[in-house]
Amino acid sequence: MINKEAKLNPHLFNDDVEEKAIREGYGEGLLDAGENDERVVALCADLTDSTKTNLFADKFPDRFIQIGVAEQNLATVASGMAAMGKIPFITSYSMFSPGRNWEQIRTTICYNNQPVKIAGSHAGVSVGPDGGTHQAIEDIAITRVIPRMVVISPCDAIEAKKATIASAQTNTPVYIRLAREKTPIITTEETPFEIGKAQVFFESSEKPEIGIIATGGLVYNAIKAVKRLEEESGLKVKLLNLPTIKPIDKEAIVLLSKEVKGILTVEEHQVFGGMGSAVAEILAEENPTPMHFLGVHDKFGHSGKPEELIEEFGMGIEGICNTAIEFKEKLQ
Amino acid sequence: MPILTDQKTKELKIKANDIRQSVIEMLLEAGSGHTAGPLGMADIFTALYFHILNHRPEEPLWSERDRVILSNGHICPVLYATMAHSGYFPLEELMTLRKLHSRLQGHPHREYLPGIETSSGPLGSGLSQATGMAIADRMDNGVSSGKFFYCLLSDGEMDAGNTWEGGMLAGKENLWNLIGIVDRNSIQIDGFTEDIMPLEPFKEKWEAWNWHVIEIDGHNMEEIVDAVNEGKSVFNKPTMIVAHTIPGKGVREFERKYEWHGKPPNKEEADMALKELRVIREKIESNYDKN
Repeated sequence: MINKEAKLNPHLFNDDVEEKAIREGYGEGLLDAGENDERVVALCADLTDSTKTNLFADKFPDRFIQIGVAEQNLATVASGMAAMGKIPFITSYSMFSPGRNWEQIRTTICYNNQPVKIAGSHAGVSVGPDGGTHQAIEDIAITRVIPRMVVISPCDAIEAKKATIASAQTNTPVYIRLAREKTPIITTEETPFEIGKAQVFFESSEKPEIGIIATGGLVYNAIKAVKRLEEESGLKVKLLNLPTIKPIDKEAIVLLSKEVKGILTVEEHQVFGGMGSAVAEILAEENPTPMHFLGVHDKFGHSGKPEELIEEFGMGIEGICNTAIEFKEKLQ
Repeated sequence: MPILTDQKTKELKIKANDIRQSVIEMLLEAGSGHTAGPLGMADIFTALYFHILNHRPEEPLWSERDRVILSNGHICPVLYATMAHSGYFPLEELMTLRKLHSRLQGHPHREYLPGIETSSGPLGSGLSQATGMAIADRMDNGVSSGKFFYCLLSDGEMDAGNTWEGGMLAGKENLWNLIGIVDRNSIQIDGFTEDIMPLEPFKEKWEAWNWHVIEIDGHNMEEIVDAVNEGKSVFNKPTMIVAHTIPGKGVREFERKYEWHGKPPNKEEADMALKELRVIREKIESNYDKN
């Protein structure tokens, strides 16, 4: 059943559940952060509308800098603005920022310790028809490896808004991972959010056999899968939403691992270096636990409808159910 | 900025000579590092820290200070030496360059040493950061800001797209408070710039991005100071001072040789260099005394 303390959307399992793109939550959060703190500025690399930075740019034109198609400049100009006391948010597609400008982010933002917030939209294979060039599935790996960087992967638009507002209040660099497509609203305004904290979203009626840890837009498929597994297959699963990949909620992960026989991670990212790897790094040291990684296995994405690609990569509701059952059988 | 008198010019030349000697001593002690660039830029750093800048060495984080953004971080020995000579930290600390736990990292780190405005080393990123700083200051203070942002660049890093991206934005934004000074010494690691990746016509490239461009002899104190004054008086665009310099300036054996870009002198070479610099110092003193 849904963990009541998470105060999730009561219509979550309805067929007509409200949908909204995670990037829209970012745009609203940025506007909110801008209203709360005049040090907040936004920079964009010629993708103002599609990253939803337009909400901020329209309200605060004097605090918005249009950089043009130049992501290296995007990061380095923001570093300079942060050096003068600003709280810059830089937005582009995650393939280009933090993809193309990784070294500038490492040196002039993280090594230089400037609190620039990097919002990467259009992450994951669910970008769809644009194809593999535009499907960032390596971004978690390349950001979480940099010292000082906070990495957040919100599960829906509401969590993205909260993550954006919370990012503006930290004095560290932050990477916020956003998705293009509309996805169901899972959380509510009342759902607790704190950078660095994971939350149990679904608890089994009896002692769980496996744990699932999911992040980003796939949390919806995971929660649907967990419910179906319990109802149709009798498999007891506890689901943890992990919005902050770094700093990771070690306590929640270790606690979950002690309750279950194995942990399945679900992410729209390469399994090498992604969220699952981050979980494995914790468990290998703290409480070695059998794991299975659901994600992209050393491949590039390609064109197709978002839902087709999600199915193809085994990240649909059925794919998650099948993987969970296979994993559970392997554990016995 | 005060008027540059003959007496002050002489003092600056002597100071630049002292700084060059410190650079040689630091590099010898460190056993690695870059020689040609620091020697070539000693006059410009001296002019900045001892005449041009509005700064407080005893209060390095003073909020109203002018900012010096060193983009080509590898010439930091001359930055460190100039800062020490102007009172940011004790001269003895210069001998810790590149050593374990030193504040004088091989390439500058902002957090290690107060007065360093940004961590740099990977080339091509400095102009954009200076542009960001200049934009932020204009946002807060408009034309009433007294601050200027000086970005020091190498000509080698003009190969990097990031440099031109920053230059385009600064031109678009008409940043009167931004002054770039590029060390046009025409060498980079693999050879002469015009062989590796031709930059000419160089002045015209910057002018095309809406920059005011001034070409100077980067070893002439009057020209350095005049160019900065001219740049400050241009109110509708950023200024790029193309400072023609001699890499390795001051030590004949090192001058104009790209082989000296990235290596330090050994004991024998350092002794020879220091001897030559001391002779030059005496000449500066006696020439001015004659006047």
